[in-house]
Amino acid sequence: MTNEKNAVTSIEDSIVQVRDLNLFYGTSQALFNLDFDIPRNRVTALIGPSGCGKSTFIRCINRMNDLVDIVRIDGSIQLNGQDIFAKSVDVIDLRRRIGMVFQKSNPFPKSIYENVVYGLRIGGVTEKPDLDEAAVVSLKRAALWDEVKDRLHDSAMGLSGGQMQRLCIARAIAVAPDIILMDEPCSALDPRSTAHIEELIRELNGEYTIIIVTHNMQQASRVSDYTAFLYEGELVEFGKTKDLFTVPVEKATEDYITGRFG
Amino acid sequence: MKSKYLREGEPFVWCSGAALALILLLTLYLVGVIFQNGLGVFWVNSVARLEMTDGSLFMGEEIQTSEHSNGDSRVQLKIANRDLYSLDFKWVFHKDVTATSYPEDTVVVERLEYGNFIGFLSSVNLADTPASDGDQYSLLKTSLKDLSRHHGQIESVESQLADLNYEVERLDHKLGKLRYRDKQQSPDYAKIVAERNTLRLKFDGLVHQLSELERVQATNVAVFKDVNGTSVTLPLTSIVRIYKPNGLSFFGKFSLYVQKVWELFFDDPRESNTEGGLFPAIFGTVMLIVVMAIFSFPLGVIAGIYLREYARDGFMVRLVRIAVNNLAGIPSIVYGIFGLAFFVYGIGSSIDQIFFPEMLPAPTFGTGGMLWASLTLGLLTIPVVIVSTEEALGAIPGGIRESSYALGATKFQTLSRILLPLASPGIMTGFILAMARAAGEVAPLMITGVVKLAPSLPVDLQYPFLHLDRKFMHLGFHIYDIGFQSPNVEAAKPMVFVTTLLLLGIVIALTSTAIIMRSRMKKKFAIAD
Ligand SMILES: Nc1ncnc2c1ncn2[C@@H]1O[C@H](COP(=O)(O)OP(=O)(O)O)[C@@H](O)[C@H]1O
Ligand SMILES: [Mg+2]
Repeated sequence: MTNEKNAVTSIEDSIVQVRDLNLFYGTSQALFNLDFDIPRNRVTALIGPSGCGKSTFIRCINRMNDLVDIVRIDGSIQLNGQDIFAKSVDVIDLRRRIGMVFQKSNPFPKSIYENVVYGLRIGGVTEKPDLDEAAVVSLKRAALWDEVKDRLHDSAMGLSGGQMQRLCIARAIAVAPDIILMDEPCSALDPRSTAHIEELIRELNGEYTIIIVTHNMQQASRVSDYTAFLYEGELVEFGKTKDLFTVPVEKATEDYITGRFG
Repeated sequence: MKSKYLREGEPFVWCSGAALALILLLTLYLVGVIFQNGLGVFWVNSVARLEMTDGSLFMGEEIQTSEHSNGDSRVQLKIANRDLYSLDFKWVFHKDVTATSYPEDTVVVERLEYGNFIGFLSSVNLADTPASDGDQYSLLKTSLKDLSRHHGQIESVESQLADLNYEVERLDHKLGKLRYRDKQQSPDYAKIVAERNTLRLKFDGLVHQLSELERVQATNVAVFKDVNGTSVTLPLTSIVRIYKPNGLSFFGKFSLYVQKVWELFFDDPRESNTEGGLFPAIFGTVMLIVVMAIFSFPLGVIAGIYLREYARDGFMVRLVRIAVNNLAGIPSIVYGIFGLAFFVYGIGSSIDQIFFPEMLPAPTFGTGGMLWASLTLGLLTIPVVIVSTEEALGAIPGGIRESSYALGATKFQTLSRILLPLASPGIMTGFILAMARAAGEVAPLMITGVVKLAPSLPVDLQYPFLHLDRKFMHLGFHIYDIGFQSPNVEAAKPMVFVTTLLLLGIVIALTSTAIIMRSRMKKKFAIAD
């Protein structure tokens, strides 16, 4: 099934264009000829069995793979029409435009407030009013404000798991990124917190481009507009979530979403 | 049954528990011995007067009783009066004693020389007042108090002398510099010579004044008798303290105890270090550790950061890591020898040749001193700091770094804002280990600058205030010196315990401060799991 992608008929407005992307860890290839567009201000879900390259792929978008010495990349990813692998691109600047939320919530051992404004501080913002405003706005956006407004300067370590994850989302939002990458953001959370985060993602939909990796088919169908199914490093199918879950084109997709393998 | 017992590892649990208990016991025993012997040193014991079967008389503090190898019990007396008996201690068999008494009017005199005197006071002869028949003991006490007031005068003259002396030395140094450059004809030279001569005159005047003061003082004397009636005349200036041990209340003994501990902390040593205070040694020990830390900690932390965060993990880094780990196993005397060769003879001599050529052949930095000893200790402790820094950084979960990078932080920002604070408790552990190790080292110091008796502290009021070239005293070396090199080992024994106790106290104080700081950091930078 090398190049049998279910081509999305048309994405009028895409923010990221992946072109012929191949990625190698040393000599072993992890991504094969990925080629698709990610729509702007929509939620795109990445699904696929463990080890199929979902994390590897989203870590390409903010070039976190630069931190892994053995990684070699072919092809290109365009963000707003600019090749992010080009020499002229400042990776620090790129990462500032792309927020990321990890599977394991990992707030810094600082106060809640300092966690939220960390990205701004390292970006050189020092004006207290600016920081305060950003903190309030992002905490509200992340639906955490009501719970923490009285203890902004307490350590973030006192929060519950779900609150920590929302704090990480607030932290990512605070720098006003173009894209938010989420790598299995709910897999370590209880159902209630998961529901909370899902609701948050739906609220952010339309304002931010969100790419979310998930193992949970229901979650993908609940929160996303588009879904990409990756299998063994290849893009098997990409399309509107509605279509992909109801009338999958590929047999493999159907097998996967109906739980017949993986 | 049996196999289940083995399978659950019960015997192993017992073994490890026993091993721990053994170690704890040994440590407690060691510390207990030190505390018991060290704390008791300054407590005033009663002085017994013993009449023997052969008619002879002894007086002394009862130090300990024990059994002789022939089964007879005996008591050790500190008979003091080294100038009369030449021995401070004597063992007496209980079966030879016919009578024991504790005369109320026994006096113990702590002297500047020859250790304590034990006996009775006969009379006090003062130069400016006629002899009186009143209570001689209280007369002596009040005169000693007056004397200490007069003594202030002598001390002020002495300190003036020291300052002048230092001034003269500085001028000599300048003259030497000019001579070295062949500038004897310059007007500066003549000016300095003139200045030096006036100082010299002033100096001689003060010396005269001092000897006059001392001559007057020497005419005030007290006459004592020992238990056999031998009289001893002591100038009041040679008396440090006098008390009647058998007449003292508990409170009196306690206040003496406090006085003596105070003296220990803040006075200079006497009698080849077996008496008096330990101030210079305490000061030297603490300063050595502080200077060592200033050099070694930043360097070790930076090296650890480089190794863990910046160096590319490969053959070289692994080699360096092995080397660093092994450095910690090199005997400390080897570090001492290296310090002597590299710092003292290498760097020190070069400094002398470049900056102090006029002083040669007398060395300035080309000889052991505070600076070189601290650097040598620094070298010795750096591996510990490097390893703990590396481990602390390595223990930080990868997710924390990635989150920081993902927010657009540079490597340096991540390091300084996230990683270092997180690693600080671990790094602190390294500091604690390094400090404890440094405080306990003696061997490398012995060849890089420690001395038995240092004439002046490495910090004083004379410009430039910090004299890192000076030699210094150290509690660890002090233990070795008085315990094994002293002419009067028995008399020095209590001081060995006291010094050990002090060293232990300093190490505990330093490390527990660090431990408190560490637990604060830990609380502040704890991460969720
Ligand atoms: N740092 C790495 N070094 C080498 N191989 C890696 C590394 N990270 C991931 N891989 C490999 O790349 C493949 C894709 O992994 P990943 O992107 O983590 O999968 P997913 O997130 O879909 O579970 C796997 O086969 C994995 O073993
Ligand atoms: Mg993954």
